[in-house]
Amino acid sequence: MAQFQLPKNSRYTDGKVWPKPAGATRLQEFRIYRWNPDDGKNPTIDTYYVDRDDCGPMVLDALLWIKNKIDPTLTLRRSCREGICGSCAMNIMGENTLACTLGIDDCKSDVIRIYPLPHMPVIKDLVPDLTSFYAQHASIEPWLHTETPAPETEWRQTPEDRSRLDGLYECILCACCTTSCPSYWWTGDRFLGPAALLQAYRWIIDSRDESTGERLDELHDPFRLYRCHTIMNCANTCPKGLNPAKAIAEIKKLMVARAV
Amino acid sequence: MADAKAHVARPLSPHLQIYRWSWTMAMSIFHRATGVALYAGTVLLAAWLLALASGPAAYERLAWLYGSPVGLVVLFGYTWALMHHMLGGVRHLVWDFGHGMEPGTRMTMARMTLILSPILTILIWVVGFAMR
Repeated sequence: MAQFQLPKNSRYTDGKVWPKPAGATRLQEFRIYRWNPDDGKNPTIDTYYVDRDDCGPMVLDALLWIKNKIDPTLTLRRSCREGICGSCAMNIMGENTLACTLGIDDCKSDVIRIYPLPHMPVIKDLVPDLTSFYAQHASIEPWLHTETPAPETEWRQTPEDRSRLDGLYECILCACCTTSCPSYWWTGDRFLGPAALLQAYRWIIDSRDESTGERLDELHDPFRLYRCHTIMNCANTCPKGLNPAKAIAEIKKLMVARAV
Repeated sequence: MADAKAHVARPLSPHLQIYRWSWTMAMSIFHRATGVALYAGTVLLAAWLLALASGPAAYERLAWLYGSPVGLVVLFGYTWALMHHMLGGVRHLVWDFGHGMEPGTRMTMARMTLILSPILTILIWVVGFAMR
């Protein structure tokens, strides 16, 4: 049975309200999830005020502004600041997305609430533990499987076959989709989740891959694939505009097609 | 490093508490809820069939119960749950064929379940009372 409530050690309360920056005229309020592994306390929601005239346009700019100007202990992952590395994935205004590609203005809210990716063990503040997410990705063996001897040049593919990878290869493994999925929240230890399944489909329909049958065998399981109940949070939330729900539906169709 | 940190009881990040509801998510939950409600509805149907088989006296009693104001409200709720679950089933069938999963379409389809199910329910009741 799904555990809808947070465990005792995970329940959060309001935390510190940090002072407003002096002399600022355009303020934006942020409420940010904080948890420090070293003090033994429960998580808190801290309040910060950002001077919009001194800060870049994106939510990531605001987080770094807070870290630089107000509270250097605020911890988050970030790298490319242009939506290609997937490091700054977090829950902003109730939806998972990348802090670097979401504008502060686009939040259209007096208070912007930020939490780590949902239903994950927290390492610190906005940094979730993605170990199991990466292990699930590795479990679908995301590389080309071949038996025929490698050709002297590239493995050839028609433009049409290549186009079937569009909408799949662009996945940056930010984990927004997987951690938005209620099925994954309740059975994430056995259900592979949207990201790993989209990757699985990317290799299943690759015309050069020669272990389609084995890949489908691996997924033919009540949990690994079939815990997807088409809730579609994954497709709604993907910051790259991909559609994991559709990829999963295509895998299910292949399962039926090979059984009849 | 893994060993050193093994003793830290990591909190679970908030999920249901903070996630913004979307139409597809809400209708998925509704589909599950109406499915559970249909268990109870099936008991109502089975009781009606049993009464029918037990003779006029038993049937009279049940017909009185089902025809009472409370009974009618419960039956109306059962009809609505059945219609909602049926439309949800059709929606999922279409999705299982890989159709209608694009951003606008999936939201419209989810909304339509909630819009059409009361319309169908009322229609069934209007027809039902008209035929009495």
